[in-house]
Amino acid sequence: MQIKTMATYAANGETPEILFWVGCAGSFDQRAQKITKAFATILDKTGVQFAILGKEESCTGDPARRAGNEFIFQMMAQNNIQLLNMYGVKKIVTACPHCFNILKNEYPALGGNYEVIHHTTFLQSLIDEGKIKMKEGGVFKGKKITYHDSCYLGRGNNIYEAPRKVLETLDAELVEMKRCRSKGLCCGAGGAQMFKEEEKGTTRINFERGHEAVDTGASVIAANCPFCMTMLTDGVKETGKEDEVKVLDIAELIAMNME
Amino acid sequence: MRIVQELLFIIAFGMAVYLFSTKVRQIRRNILLGRDKDLNDHPDLRWKNVLLLAFGQKKMFRNPLVAVLHFFVYAGFIIINLEILEIILDGILGTHRLFVPVLGGLYPVLISAFEVLAVLVTLGCAIFLVRRNILKLRRFVSKDLNGWPRSDANYILLTEIVLMLLFLTMNTADQQMQLRGSEHYIATGNFLVSGSLASIFNHTPDGTLIAIERTCWWLHILGILAFLNYLPYSKHLHIILAFPNAYYASLEPAGEMENMPAVQKEVQLMLQPELAASEPAPEGMPKFGAKDVFDLTWKNLLDAYSCTECGRCSAACPANLTGKALSPRKIMMDTRDRAEEIGRNINKNGAFTDDGKTLLRDYISEEELRACTTCNACVQECPVSISPLDIILQLRRHLVMEESSAPAEWTGMFSNIENNMAPWKFSMDDRDKWATEMNQ
Repeated sequence: MQIKTMATYAANGETPEILFWVGCAGSFDQRAQKITKAFATILDKTGVQFAILGKEESCTGDPARRAGNEFIFQMMAQNNIQLLNMYGVKKIVTACPHCFNILKNEYPALGGNYEVIHHTTFLQSLIDEGKIKMKEGGVFKGKKITYHDSCYLGRGNNIYEAPRKVLETLDAELVEMKRCRSKGLCCGAGGAQMFKEEEKGTTRINFERGHEAVDTGASVIAANCPFCMTMLTDGVKETGKEDEVKVLDIAELIAMNME
Repeated sequence: MRIVQELLFIIAFGMAVYLFSTKVRQIRRNILLGRDKDLNDHPDLRWKNVLLLAFGQKKMFRNPLVAVLHFFVYAGFIIINLEILEIILDGILGTHRLFVPVLGGLYPVLISAFEVLAVLVTLGCAIFLVRRNILKLRRFVSKDLNGWPRSDANYILLTEIVLMLLFLTMNTADQQMQLRGSEHYIATGNFLVSGSLASIFNHTPDGTLIAIERTCWWLHILGILAFLNYLPYSKHLHIILAFPNAYYASLEPAGEMENMPAVQKEVQLMLQPELAASEPAPEGMPKFGAKDVFDLTWKNLLDAYSCTECGRCSAACPANLTGKALSPRKIMMDTRDRAEEIGRNINKNGAFTDDGKTLLRDYISEEELRACTTCNACVQECPVSISPLDIILQLRRHLVMEESSAPAEWTGMFSNIENNMAPWKFSMDDRDKWATEMNQ
């Protein structure tokens, strides 16, 4: 498999169909790299012509902006927009809801106008177009899966159904947690909390969510965000059920079940 | 005697309206202490929000049982205003049931509807009192409400019950007097609730009945006028402000954070210094983020005055649920308390005189602000379109940009982004390592 960069395409005078915005977690975090690889594999298998920015990609500035540091956000955003506009990018797909939200909603005010799609929505459209074909039976047949709504996809951008529709193709039983959809409970990482210790409290947010997810009796917790992935994995570990309950990204679940 | 009653009524009514409008002007002034923000785009979408959220109480129905009870109280309030209009006109003109000749057969139907609502309002308020004081729901026993806010809620519910009972008693006495064919008590036809209760007064002498009817009439309308003036000092102000607040609700996706054009420009000039020559010099030092209510937008302050202190925000807040200091409801209550404090300062001194206090720290601590995950649960839950998150984010901007106050881990994260283009300290060259692994 050959993953090409925007620079390579540009050097050949070509423009790919979509830009895969990998994000910092997807690029550097060991666990999140597996999500990135799974999604890239799906894109490759379905024949989607895509590129990454590679070494040219920078943080979108999301954690800095949420923490209150507008200067750093603006520096990152304006540099990224310059780069994206230079390559004439039209369509961006990303596996991170934080990158999705900021590219889609906050870059336009700074002159960055793109069609931005979260990977779960993109996967749904690939399934709808018949480009993704699932194995007969499948790895998760008959198993219970519960889906964790990430705040930045759900409440932040009103996307609740696409990820569930994707999960429905797995032939598994989808069980909902007590708090789901617009009532979903945060994993605890948003708003730059990922990068600092939680404030003093009675428990950790990810422990609370981990318990809730494990209580559904599901053997798989489906996530759509690399930060939720980290938080939920720790949350499940805390319940002592890490051997029975796996946290997997929707892209990984699909990649495992594709023909 | 009649003229004395009319005069007394006109004086009471005039006083109530005067006091209320004075306080309303002060609140309007306090709200306009905030920064300007243009929220007049897309009037069609905004009216839709007013219809769905304020009139339709859409978000209340996230919890259907409570929503139905609240709807009784709300509908009772809205519709009973028609009855109050008649009472006020009767009071001024010295008439009795002025609308009977106008409405004819419709009159008893309308009053019967009000009476049924009055019973439902009483029931609703009684259940709300039980939820607050006996069942002690978590969001109602929270320490946010200690002191005045907790008694405020109970006073409102008790007052509403008393007002409704006065209305029903008044009508019951009236119905009995009608049965006796009293000249002054015009025949209206049967009222559904009070008509069936009228027999209670079968053996009460005329004089006593008239006294009961008049006393209830006076207490009912004086109670309403007093309640009108209690509103601006209470969480109950939401019954008015919920409507404009729904109109000015954000139309952007909840995940979107407000841009800061001043910083945008500054960074632009830094990245493209060649533009600086044609740029006019900025006027004075810009302020970044919010430290006090003056730095927030007027919508933030309208939010604060619209807050009903119901605590649905805090009940859904992941930080609050896990015992952190943050409570979105407290953020709103603090903002309102500070705006009121500044208002009193202005009333006293003519203009705001520095009192050495600010919303940040004197009311809202850094610890509270730090605990927010920006998950939007508080925004989602609020039935009256308040965003505590918007205030939290503006205060965070002040902390970081004006005071360089951030936890050490965040300072590290900032410098990693600045130097390595990622929040972690990894080499930029490794960004596509996963891809090279796949390409092998």
